[in-house]
Amino acid sequence: MEKNINVTLKIWRQAGPKVKGEFETYKLDNVSTDSSFLEMLDILNEKLIHERKEPIAFDHDCREGICGMCSLYINGHPHGLDGETTTCQLHMRRFHDGQTITIEPWRSAAFPVIKDLMVDRGAFDKIIQAGGYVSVNTGGIPDGNAIPISKLAADEAMDAASCIGCGACAAACKNGSAMLFVAAKVSQLALLPQGKIEAAARAKAMVAKMDELGFGNCTNTQACEAECPKGISISHIARLNREFLSAKFKD
Amino acid sequence: MAKKQESTTVDATKIDARIPEGPLAEKWSNYKAHQKLVNPSNKRRLDVIVVGTGLAGASAAASLAELGFNVLNFCIQDSPRRAHSIAAQGGINAAKNYQNDGDSVYRLFYDTIKGGDYRAREANVYRLAEVSNGIIDQCVAQGVPFAREYGGLLDNRSFGGAQVSRTFYAKGQTGQQLLLGAYSALSRQIGKGAVKLYSRYEMLDVVVIDGRARGIIARNLVSGKIERFFAHAVVIGTGGYGNTFFLSTNAMGSNGSAAVQIYKKGAYFANPAYAQIHPTCIPVHGESQSKLTLMSESLRNDGRIWVPKKKEDAEAIRAGKKKATDLSEEERDYYLERRYPAFGNLVPRDVASRAAKERCDAGYGVGNTGLAVYLDFSTSINRLGENTIRERYGNLFQMYEKIVDENPYNTPMMIYPAIHYTMGGIWVDYELQTSIKGLFCIGEANFSDHGANRLGASALMQGLADGYFVLPYTIQNYLADQIQVPRLSTDLPEFSEAEKAIHTKIEKIMKIQGDKSVDSIHRELGLIMWDFVGMGRNKAGLETALEKIKAVRHEFWTKVYVPGVNADMNVELEKALRLADFIEIGELMARDALMREESCGGHFREEYQTPEGEALRNDEDFSFASCWKFAGEGNEPELLKEALDYEFIHRQQRNYKA
Repeated sequence: MEKNINVTLKIWRQAGPKVKGEFETYKLDNVSTDSSFLEMLDILNEKLIHERKEPIAFDHDCREGICGMCSLYINGHPHGLDGETTTCQLHMRRFHDGQTITIEPWRSAAFPVIKDLMVDRGAFDKIIQAGGYVSVNTGGIPDGNAIPISKLAADEAMDAASCIGCGACAAACKNGSAMLFVAAKVSQLALLPQGKIEAAARAKAMVAKMDELGFGNCTNTQACEAECPKGISISHIARLNREFLSAKFKD
Repeated sequence: MAKKQESTTVDATKIDARIPEGPLAEKWSNYKAHQKLVNPSNKRRLDVIVVGTGLAGASAAASLAELGFNVLNFCIQDSPRRAHSIAAQGGINAAKNYQNDGDSVYRLFYDTIKGGDYRAREANVYRLAEVSNGIIDQCVAQGVPFAREYGGLLDNRSFGGAQVSRTFYAKGQTGQQLLLGAYSALSRQIGKGAVKLYSRYEMLDVVVIDGRARGIIARNLVSGKIERFFAHAVVIGTGGYGNTFFLSTNAMGSNGSAAVQIYKKGAYFANPAYAQIHPTCIPVHGESQSKLTLMSESLRNDGRIWVPKKKEDAEAIRAGKKKATDLSEEERDYYLERRYPAFGNLVPRDVASRAAKERCDAGYGVGNTGLAVYLDFSTSINRLGENTIRERYGNLFQMYEKIVDENPYNTPMMIYPAIHYTMGGIWVDYELQTSIKGLFCIGEANFSDHGANRLGASALMQGLADGYFVLPYTIQNYLADQIQVPRLSTDLPEFSEAEKAIHTKIEKIMKIQGDKSVDSIHRELGLIMWDFVGMGRNKAGLETALEKIKAVRHEFWTKVYVPGVNADMNVELEKALRLADFIEIGELMARDALMREESCGGHFREEYQTPEGEALRNDEDFSFASCWKFAGEGNEPELLKEALDYEFIHRQQRNYKA
């Protein structure tokens, strides 16, 4: 049932990329437990605006767990403690009256802070630009049913393709590795006949770009899988490794 | 031109949609056979700006770059992959007829025209149906993991307003998968240097030189810097304006500002009143709510919609004394199945939304507010088993449970209509060109194809049709005449003046320093829209809305408070600029709804209904697209009319009963 709670928020404030940041503490009373976590931040911002203070900058857009824009380290976990939940899907009923909630931006060398809780995840786009696609132009394509694809392969590709590119995997990793993100795309396309043709070259190009952009190495701690809001399995990392090795053998 | 027929009395001399001659099924082929093209060496010398990276924007930017044009692509998010197309759930229509159930290009065309309540342009809709099949092929080739049968072939499901299964889907995440397909094609072109991407940039104006669009002014959202960009042609693919209502299923950043900017530069805004209220959304819960969440229409394949038959039961449920599961079959009113036996729970969205409102207004609503109806899966779970239902809708059920904290496998979902999509938008001709030369508009941002109501799974189809298969052809017919035009300097007076006007506007907003936050004013606007320009509209209410919106505009320009400075990241300033434009759109919507004295599709005027409470069209007087032309700040816009001549289809009262 709905009720209201009071919370204490410790929030990271940082004016810009090259400025030193620090935690600030805010008290927020009478928050409906039916509110989402981001609605709670809206209420805080509304309060700050009324007090003529600068509101907190954070990324968000769809607020239904699919665009991948929201981020936030909440009490030490990306997207909070709930499994398979993005920050925007987290609700205040998961917190108790009087609780202190610590909110930080993604902490990863490859994701520099832009302002407060907002980070630059452009590195993920650059990895996709390096090879996260099937090289087909628009038009001149065979019929969609020309190549049957086993339901199992299609379903597994779909599971991998569920990645929302939020960056929780890299933020959760003690090495700051983007392996789960890269693996999800490599695996999705390697599982389908359309993407199989370039699978090895794709793995090589995307891994090289990942290394170049300052992401760390994978040491199989599985933190990424545990924190992924879409439950993407690290078995895709094994498939990435296979594709990557086969590319290296061909060299 | 299309010959005049039926009893249209509209004077349409002013608007020319430039529809090609010939029989309906040959128009697009004829157009392509005779249009002008640009040769490869000239393409490299032509710049095209594409604003937006959703299905329409990303597919257009990628396809144009593949052809060899030099593309500049803008998005307000941190990455093109965030565009709100990503949130589309249910599916995408195509006339493949893989199910052998009687589908065809003609039937998809017919269903779309009928679904739009005969207020769309025949030639455009036919072209849409024609190119629909190629979209599926294209997406499969990109590696989009559509749902498949055990035999390896593509699976289909059915959607509202159709009696065939023509909807392709990828779980409940079809929009995500299609957008990621377009995003990957776009990323490939960015990697090659053929597209230059500007993320976290927001367009603030279009620059028109000698009557042609020649660039845009945009704000770098990170630095606050205002920048100028030249192009030989500009394409707007910035989505719809549903957020005028504050609470909608749109993303928080979705806005109508690009549309308002080009409207004020001379592009017509068409049919602003046509907005879609989606029947299956999670009901409103409280005052601090920031957005509404859609539950896919696909759920209506297996879910049955009902309210209690007896008012006492509805009252007991609202008071928490009874639960949905306490009511027996005989005590439930499956009102859609009762009213519309032929289509049942799969009637089009406008019909389903109004039926829900009718029941709730009559006192049969459930939930603690009484503004909800049940969407019940128990019949399907009994028939198919919980696993099948989980496989089909698992992610949607999970999403529901996270928000509402109830398990929809055990207890029916509660749903209520919410604003979701806008059929109206910038007027475009057959070539998707606006009334400003060299300025094109694609996807939800334009008014084309869906008439007064959009069918489910047709938004994805239209966005990708425009971007992959229509614009890359039609824009060449324009650009072929631009090959002599050099890359113009952004120091030209038209650029300076546009930038100066933006600085003036921003300074004006920053200087107000009132005591109202942007969101608080936006909420006020939203309530007015929902109460008076929502599901049921009438003359007195719309006149009230126009007065109230005026007051909101005054409040905004005298009382808004925007903290911070312009020359920095400033989210409140971004929101304030968008709200100023939403106020303009809200007024246009109310004005258009007041003018249109008939009911059609999503536009329901309470004065015009059949004795059974269905929408009553007036083809005699209103068979036109209303095109609003900006007439200067503070002046009433001028109404121009594009007559809708139905050459090939005979219009009738929509009937989903038999």
